Amino acid sequence: MKLLEEKIFKSLMLFSAFAIISILGFILFTIVSKGFASLSWDMVSKLPGGGFYLGKEGGILNAILGSFYIVIGAVLLALVLSIPVTMYINFYLPKRSFFADTVRFSFDILFGIPSIVYGAFGFAVMIYFGLKASLFGGIVVVGMLITPIIMRSLDEVARLVPKELSEASLSLGATKYEVIKVIIRQLLPGITTAVLLAIGRGIGDAATVLFTAGYTDNIPTSLSHPVATLPLAIFFQLGSPSEEVQNRAYAAALILTIIILVLSLSARYFSRKLSKNKI
Amino acid sequence: MQSTNSLQIENKDENIIADSALDSYVVNPHIRVANLNLKIGDNHILKDINLNIPPKKITCIIGPSGCGKTTLLRSFNRMHDDSPNVKITGKIFVDDENIYDENIQVIAIRKKMGLLAQRPCPLPMSIYDNVIYGPKLHGAWQRRKLYENTKHYLTEVGLWEEVKDRLKTPANQLSIGQQQRLCLARGLAVEPEIILGDEATSALDPISTKKIEELFVTLKKDYTIILVTHTLRQAKRIADYIAFMYLGKLIEFGTTEQIFNHPQKQLTKDYISGYFS
Repeated sequence: MKLLEEKIFKSLMLFSAFAIISILGFILFTIVSKGFASLSWDMVSKLPGGGFYLGKEGGILNAILGSFYIVIGAVLLALVLSIPVTMYINFYLPKRSFFADTVRFSFDILFGIPSIVYGAFGFAVMIYFGLKASLFGGIVVVGMLITPIIMRSLDEVARLVPKELSEASLSLGATKYEVIKVIIRQLLPGITTAVLLAIGRGIGDAATVLFTAGYTDNIPTSLSHPVATLPLAIFFQLGSPSEEVQNRAYAAALILTIIILVLSLSARYFSRKLSKNKI
Repeated sequence: MQSTNSLQIENKDENIIADSALDSYVVNPHIRVANLNLKIGDNHILKDINLNIPPKKITCIIGPSGCGKTTLLRSFNRMHDDSPNVKITGKIFVDDENIYDENIQVIAIRKKMGLLAQRPCPLPMSIYDNVIYGPKLHGAWQRRKLYENTKHYLTEVGLWEEVKDRLKTPANQLSIGQQQRLCLARGLAVEPEIILGDEATSALDPISTKKIEELFVTLKKDYTIILVTHTLRQAKRIADYIAFMYLGKLIEFGTTEQIFNHPQKQLTKDYISGYFS
């Protein structure tokens, strides 16, 4: 009887593991089989031409660059917010602090809010101030989406920093700010992983940028211009009746997937590399 | 609880005699603790501590766990400053300066003392950067001088020969005993007068322990050394003076010979003979 139990449980575990792998494989297979044929150098190096949405010349450079613009801006914004918050609640406030718990709780709730809600909220605020969909709007709203992600992973690693580290630094005559600099060195691998994961999340999100960033065939030259993004490029092309355009949507999805794959791999690489000094 | 109460010594007269006897040992104390009381919340951790630490000697603070010896050590370089709910009354004089005076720069106090923690804690950087971290904080910048200093202090702790070819490698790659010596070198590099050791060898293997102990004995010609230790044998091996604490009180202070061979108090006698620990 015990043996049977063991066997059932073991096959369940194996089944789950294979299910995960095959889901990933199936998604990749779909994207590659539909999109690979449409993937060309023009696709990643050219702006959409006149007849692009009818299946003619041009590429989605606008969306690729636009996505990077937005996500880089959003990450910078998120870091400016989340690093000081993490440092404050972990290293300035006492261990059991009501305020720190409140901050953590707020971030937990923000973490769980779906991205379409951020998009709708951003849209409402922008209408109130009379702003049009723009690069700036996209950066702020995507920044709001990924700040809780970065902050939560930073908080996790910050809690693991040994108390002795700040004591060692203090006892050598460091000020609190100098101690924070040492702690940031210790946190570097964690910060890198958090940032790269947040980029992966932010770059692929369609709902936040739908109303706030707009869409354009050009590369924006100012923060107030609208900007194209990869998820929306997929969204719009997939809605086209022309099969050629639909296949381009899959090609765009393939590009997005490759970007995220590269980011995940570099997250691993950099966090390992930066960990060498970690104590 | 009943048994500990009966062990506690409340005889005031005896304390006075011990105090005056104590002064004769220490003519010019490097650190003088006067009526130090420390409370964390409602917990009275240190009770009326009066203690003179002689210069350029090794003083060991011994006592059972929870007696406040580490708390006392950490109050010497004001490590309690950032802990919430800690209330300190009384005075600690270092070189005749009350370090709890309002006008005192806490950084200047900490620069005077190197702290060696229970577990070595190198900073997340290379071996070389670890040693120059302190001097750089205090304004040193000439590369040549920093290098010379590093060489000097790493030699002093006997680590130079072992690491001179890999100064740029991360400090975490050293063995734990080497890390502790690195931490000592790092502390010495800020040119302190006093070395504080908080059970500095308890995480180390016997060979590393022996090396650190020998270092302390060599270093006492230049530094005042205060060690908190759990092992009586270590105190016996290296201490010149011993302070015995129990339940937040300083029970007895004297030379190692006195404490081990002619303890004045019954409590000290019981602790030394292993009656309780």
